[in-house]
Amino acid sequence: MPTQAITDNRAFLVEKVIKNYSGIFDASTTERVAVIRRDKISRPVIYLGTGTSGSISGAKATLGKINSYLSEARFSADIIEVGCTGFCSAEPLLDIQLPGKTRLSFRNVTEDKVEDILNSVFHHTLPDDHILGQYKQDGLEEWPNIPMLEQISWFSLQRRHILKNAGIISPASIEDYIVRGGYKSLYKTVLNYPADKICEIIEQSELRGRGGGGYPTGKKWKVALDTAGDQKFMICNADESDPGAFMDRAVIESDPHRVIEGIAIAAYAIGASQAIIYVRTDYENSLKILEQAIGQAKDYGMIGEDIFGSGFNLSVSIRQGAGAFVCGEETALLSSLEGQRGLPRSKPPFPAEKGLWEHPTVINNVETLANVPGILENGPGWFKAVGTKYSKGTKLFSIAGKSVYTGFIEVPMGLTFSTIISQIAGGVKDGRALKAVQLGGPSGVCIPPADLETPLDYEALSDKGVNLGLGGLIILDDKTCMVNLARYFIEFLQNESCGKCIPCREGTSKMLDILEGITKRPKEESTHETLERFKGVVQLENLASVIRDTSLCGLGRNAPNPVLSSLKWFREEFEEHIFDRKCSAGVCHDLRSFYIDVDLCNGCNICQKKCPENAIVGSLKMPHFIIESKCTGCAICFDACKFSAIFFK
Amino acid sequence: MDHIFEKYILKKPENLIPLLQEIQKENGYLTDEIIERVSAHLNIPTNKIYGVATFYDQFRFKQKGKYHIQVCRGTSCYLCSSTSYLKEIEKLLKVKAGSLSRDKKFSFETVSCMGGCSQSPVIRINDKTYHHLSLAELHTLIRSLREKTE
Ligand SMILES: Cc1cc2nc3c(=O)[nH]c(=O)nc-3n(C[C@H](O)[C@H](O)[C@H](O)COP(=O)(O)O)c2cc1C
Repeated sequence: MPTQAITDNRAFLVEKVIKNYSGIFDASTTERVAVIRRDKISRPVIYLGTGTSGSISGAKATLGKINSYLSEARFSADIIEVGCTGFCSAEPLLDIQLPGKTRLSFRNVTEDKVEDILNSVFHHTLPDDHILGQYKQDGLEEWPNIPMLEQISWFSLQRRHILKNAGIISPASIEDYIVRGGYKSLYKTVLNYPADKICEIIEQSELRGRGGGGYPTGKKWKVALDTAGDQKFMICNADESDPGAFMDRAVIESDPHRVIEGIAIAAYAIGASQAIIYVRTDYENSLKILEQAIGQAKDYGMIGEDIFGSGFNLSVSIRQGAGAFVCGEETALLSSLEGQRGLPRSKPPFPAEKGLWEHPTVINNVETLANVPGILENGPGWFKAVGTKYSKGTKLFSIAGKSVYTGFIEVPMGLTFSTIISQIAGGVKDGRALKAVQLGGPSGVCIPPADLETPLDYEALSDKGVNLGLGGLIILDDKTCMVNLARYFIEFLQNESCGKCIPCREGTSKMLDILEGITKRPKEESTHETLERFKGVVQLENLASVIRDTSLCGLGRNAPNPVLSSLKWFREEFEEHIFDRKCSAGVCHDLRSFYIDVDLCNGCNICQKKCPENAIVGSLKMPHFIIESKCTGCAICFDACKFSAIFFK
Repeated sequence: MDHIFEKYILKKPENLIPLLQEIQKENGYLTDEIIERVSAHLNIPTNKIYGVATFYDQFRFKQKGKYHIQVCRGTSCYLCSSTSYLKEIEKLLKVKAGSLSRDKKFSFETVSCMGGCSQSPVIRINDKTYHHLSLAELHTLIRSLREKTE
């Protein structure tokens, strides 16, 4: 496209679309907007999800195949790379829109499926397979007998406010965002409202921080606004440090301008002229997309000097995290930004009063900020109409682990675990039984099946002593060992403990020792060690309360959660490990007991020769036998047996 | 590397981490010489720089192999047995996570989460991320990389 056209579009979008208060367009504007929105197209458009989950699933190869198909078949079509709708297990997602018809969506389109699908659709027929559904688009002809996307189970219970554009628009195009109402809220904000009014609107909406703490956002902004300071900072926390959570990444990759607009409004509300987005190290795609989006926003005058002629200036920069879990915690994040080791600081003073280099600083999570443009656009009442008594609005959740479908969703606050698992995520994979749902990151908890009717909102969860965290849900099936999982989380936390305070540093390390003792089987064990193991549960409980009560920051205070919640709900599994030395899930390899199937063993003698413990007896050509008391569960015999005669329980 | 230093002319302590990040991106890892140069450039003592750099998992003090393998240890991948990848790679390359193979062709490490949780288990080799690889496929993949000569 020649630069002339781009500049033209820019002037048009800023003057006629963003600054159009009523939202009612004249005929020529309507026409031009429809073209930019790609509602009105003259040749087919192919949309492909190339966000992180799309790419992992092979979208790049799919893209290559689309290009070669088009050039071979001499078809001309536009290809638009989009983020992700959230239905990650259906990636690569490929949509096709023909002129005059609604946009069709296909799932799991790996490169080998491209030709078939494109061939059929371009000839106005439909392939037999891989059809997900069609988008609802007014004024366009629908495909017969194809479900609307909003009717299929993954989407039907969702309320997509933040994810409105996700997977639909190009994250590389600010135009796509603007023609869907983007940056209008910012315009409204800087032109109409004094800063304290914005804080008030956000307070009225009852928006609470989505980074885990659930602190009222408007209140936090007001503190920063009311604190005197010649320099203030707005920080967007995109560290998303909980393994298993990926919705912040998804929002950035799919609709980056929504986040930038939220940041700009927040900065205006607190009187900051500098904003920083702190992005997790491993999120290379997010970094790339954000850099591009910030460049465009500057180019359009949405950030920078004298925004919309209001006199409000804002510079937005990106800082990349360096791979420390604790830096998701706001005060550790500040230390890291200042070029220090990411050590948390004690609160108060809160960052809103004394933050980055002691300047008033507001730190908000990505999702919190992504909610802001919608609230300004539709009013606090609109936001509050969704959700429960004390938890308003929608919430993003990522769903991973052993469910049939995985991805990320946006639902009204207060849906129950069981609704999300059975109706949205399709239940547990391979027909297995659900053992628990893990929530809240490594320092979160495992919710047992008996508690699945608990609504997902701040109050209902905190009544149960559970922290919502960022909203990562991990579905565990009956093959999961809860003791081993607790050990995994403690190992993670122990690794990530910054070492500043002793309860967290030493406490988690001691907990790990105990859990390792329970899940492993030493070759020899003294009576003293046996006794220590027997005391394991009691010791864990004692340690947990000390760590919880005396640690400096949230990492330490919440570190005992995975152990405590598992002890509370899955105590018998700990006892089985400690007293019976068994792991019925078969995960703790050391605790496996091996047996030989006499019908399959032909007495080849290999296992006996390889066993380092001399635990196998038997004579040549006769079935062998494992002496259980001598077996250490190393599995060497299991690997060595050529006749699959060795099994474990 | 001069161009990176030129980008961070100001002797501000907050430039330390971005500077180290950019250098590592270019050089693959940090060396004593680099730390000394950064120290002189930003006027920060070397022990302070080591203190900061060793705090963060991202900074590496060992050379990367031609093929850098990252095994995800996030919760979802862990549950989908990414540990078996770890063991398999250790067996195949005869090195522990965090080190370089004898022929300098492979290095491998674990990462805390790549955010690819919906596609677990995932594993990354240089820029390409793979999901749901069977151990046999992993074997073939590594063998083909090992035999590749360029
Ligand atoms: C150990 C730890 C890790 C955290 N990680 C994150 C994170 O990855 N992302 C995030 O937004 N908040 C995280 N938080 C919460 C932040 O400290 C902070 O409360 C939040 O960013 C404030 O934003 P909000 O008010 O919009 O929720 C973490 C807290 C703790 C204690």
